[in-house]
Amino acid sequence: MANGTVALEEKSFYEESTNRWNKGILAWIFSTDHKRIGLLYLYGISAFFLVGVLAGILMRLELIAPGKDLFEPQFYNQLFTLHGVIMIFLFIIPGLPAIFGNFFLPIQIGAKDVAFPRLNLLSWWIYVVGAIMALISIVLPDGPLDTGWTFYVPYSVRSGTNISLAIMAAFVLGFSSILTGLNFITTIHRMRAPGMTWFRMPLFGWSMYATAWIQIIATPVVGITILLVVLERYFGIGIFDPTLGGDPILFQHLFWIYSHPAVYIMILPAMGVVSEIIPTFARRTIFGYKAIAMSSLAIAFVGYLVWAHHMFTTGISDTSRIIFSLLTFIVALPSGVKVFNWVATMYKGSIDPKPPFIWVMNFIFLFSIGGLTGLVLGSLATDIHVHDTYFVVAHFHYVMFGGVGTIFFAALYYWFPKMFGRMYNIKTANIAAALYFVAFNMLYFPKFIMGYMGMPRRYYDYLPEFEAMQQISTVGSWLMGITMILIFGSLIYSMKKGKKAHKNPWGGVTLEWHIESPPTLENFHEIPTVKTEPYDFSQLKEMDYESK
Amino acid sequence: MSQSDQAITASGDHGHEHRDDIGSKMGMWLFLFTELLLFGGMFLAYGYYRYLYSDEFHFAATELSTSIGTLNTVILLTSSLTVALAIAAIQKGKKNFAIFNLVVTIGFALAFMVNKYFEWAAKMHHGIYPGADELLAKSNGEIIFFGLYYVMTGLHGLHVVIGLVLLAVMLVFVIQDKITKDKYVALENSGLYWHLVDLIWIFLFPLFYLIQ
Ligand code: HEM
Repeated sequence: MANGTVALEEKSFYEESTNRWNKGILAWIFSTDHKRIGLLYLYGISAFFLVGVLAGILMRLELIAPGKDLFEPQFYNQLFTLHGVIMIFLFIIPGLPAIFGNFFLPIQIGAKDVAFPRLNLLSWWIYVVGAIMALISIVLPDGPLDTGWTFYVPYSVRSGTNISLAIMAAFVLGFSSILTGLNFITTIHRMRAPGMTWFRMPLFGWSMYATAWIQIIATPVVGITILLVVLERYFGIGIFDPTLGGDPILFQHLFWIYSHPAVYIMILPAMGVVSEIIPTFARRTIFGYKAIAMSSLAIAFVGYLVWAHHMFTTGISDTSRIIFSLLTFIVALPSGVKVFNWVATMYKGSIDPKPPFIWVMNFIFLFSIGGLTGLVLGSLATDIHVHDTYFVVAHFHYVMFGGVGTIFFAALYYWFPKMFGRMYNIKTANIAAALYFVAFNMLYFPKFIMGYMGMPRRYYDYLPEFEAMQQISTVGSWLMGITMILIFGSLIYSMKKGKKAHKNPWGGVTLEWHIESPPTLENFHEIPTVKTEPYDFSQLKEMDYESK
Repeated sequence: MSQSDQAITASGDHGHEHRDDIGSKMGMWLFLFTELLLFGGMFLAYGYYRYLYSDEFHFAATELSTSIGTLNTVILLTSSLTVALAIAAIQKGKKNFAIFNLVVTIGFALAFMVNKYFEWAAKMHHGIYPGADELLAKSNGEIIFFGLYYVMTGLHGLHVVIGLVLLAVMLVFVIQDKITKDKYVALENSGLYWHLVDLIWIFLFPLFYLIQ
């Protein structure tokens, strides 16, 4: 791109490369353009997500009747581990920040790119290397790992499967996550357009900021922890080995010091997306902007102090259990603040129930169930009863899949026209949202009941009394499979064949809706000067907006 | 606030290249922060086991050679000085003095690693390494002490090697005039990294060699 003198304005970033290849895959995989990198993540992450879904459906198939149906118990162990590792490390942790953060964070703050474009490309490559390592660990002779995604010692030190490679894969993926976080923090500090003060920043930006901090603070700790497991395997250094005087519980502490904040790496960006979508479709400025922004930071902070609620049954002292239980209740407060603010935003708004909004409604419903059952797990007495049962499985699917996963789709439907310049079929999207809701509850709600009745997690077999509910759940998984085919099928079709989208199909007012769809390489013809708060809908009158 | 000190450099192939030295340094600080946390996990484990096995740790530490440890501390501290001198020299445009200081820093880094090699080799010669029969015959606390010793000083050694490579690359850049009086943030960042390596050692040294 020359110095802005030549009129190249109309070319989108699809038509303009940032490197010496003009076309083809090389122009993508070595591109430093944040939008291309975001899309690369989108394709990779979606592919892994579908593999994970397939593993989930396979597990449900095994559970269709008591006893051995399809495969050996060991294979079931490997399946849930694979499923968990893919869903956590390859889908949901990088998901929203790496895809939508990369694509929209710079645009929303009025920047041409992130602060370190080449580092950004490096993060993507590191992600790919980590993913490849994980894939190799599946096919190597000793077989895929079977420890569950948590790699608990002592089993992870003893298991004969390819643990080391898989753990190194998680380590490498963590590195990618750290670099992305570091990049975003610097971007937000240094690249905001003139007039884009902190409190004029869209809430998605705030949530990315809080997320990025968690990424850099928490990830190194899990990095060193799982590295220690690998060293333990090779050299027997003893740190986690009780026969040498080590303490396996220390592993759990170190692991959850990261992995609990990691759930906020997952959920905060999702909450940011919700805070974007609701004002747009309610045509009202967000209620309690500062409360929402600050509650993100509060979650990021208190989220550090609750890790031991994963360990209530490990024999830690009563004092620490009570403290951690109390803190767990406290961390629910900022999330509650957000939910109330969202609902207040909708109050007396002129709501336009387009697909992204409907997906957000799915989110609020499912996430609330997930959040409330979290309180059951956070109270000491009830946790003893439901610990390590299907209740936990249901709970984390409701928060991770029903919360973050749902918003993954909401964000996709919201920003799809901007990313691809084309529109999908609204009706199909609505049907998918409805189907998703039914499938989801069918798949996971029975697990709450089974868990309460005592069905343990990570079992490939069960007592006959659970049969009916296990079958409902399995049928739900098929319905979920169909929903996924519908969603991805229709979106992939629309990427190529959809109607040309208007640059502002929803009537949004944040900066991404002021520019072309798809955006040009440098996003803005000239860096905008921001004069209003982010959700000021009075600007809509002057904007070019498709009101029908 | 950010726009004023962002000079857009003319770049050949695309317009994304921009220069923001404050931003680069901020990124580096954030990265160093993650490094601290990486070691933080280890220090936590150390603290926990020291509490659990204070007598054994006390005893095991006497087997480490305080003199080699001290020598390495002096080496690293001095190298932090020389790298700082190299940066100051570049800022004043004294290229040759900068090169001299970088070479000295790299020399110190090598000396540190050589010392470390002899230290480890001597330990291993006496059968003190994870999994060795002699070590396994000792008490649990001692086994953990040496486990931590190898992991923590090993991880630190790895950082020394990375820093060494980084400084060598910077040296080449200075020689090729890619790092100059007006454009030295890369050298500054490498210097920061080197100070971190030094800083971590300053904590490792007393924890392993001095508290006996
Ligand atoms: C169609 C979609 C899905 C199906 C059918 C499904 C099904 C399952 C099943 C049957 C289990 C094993 C339960 C047990 O025996 O303990 C499981 C575990 C798990 N799932 Fe899913 N799931 C799906 C989507 C997801 C998503 C989207 C996520 C994350 C965002 C996720 C994360 C997990 C995790 C972390 C585990 C625990 C693995 C472990 O125990 O180590 N799942 N899922």
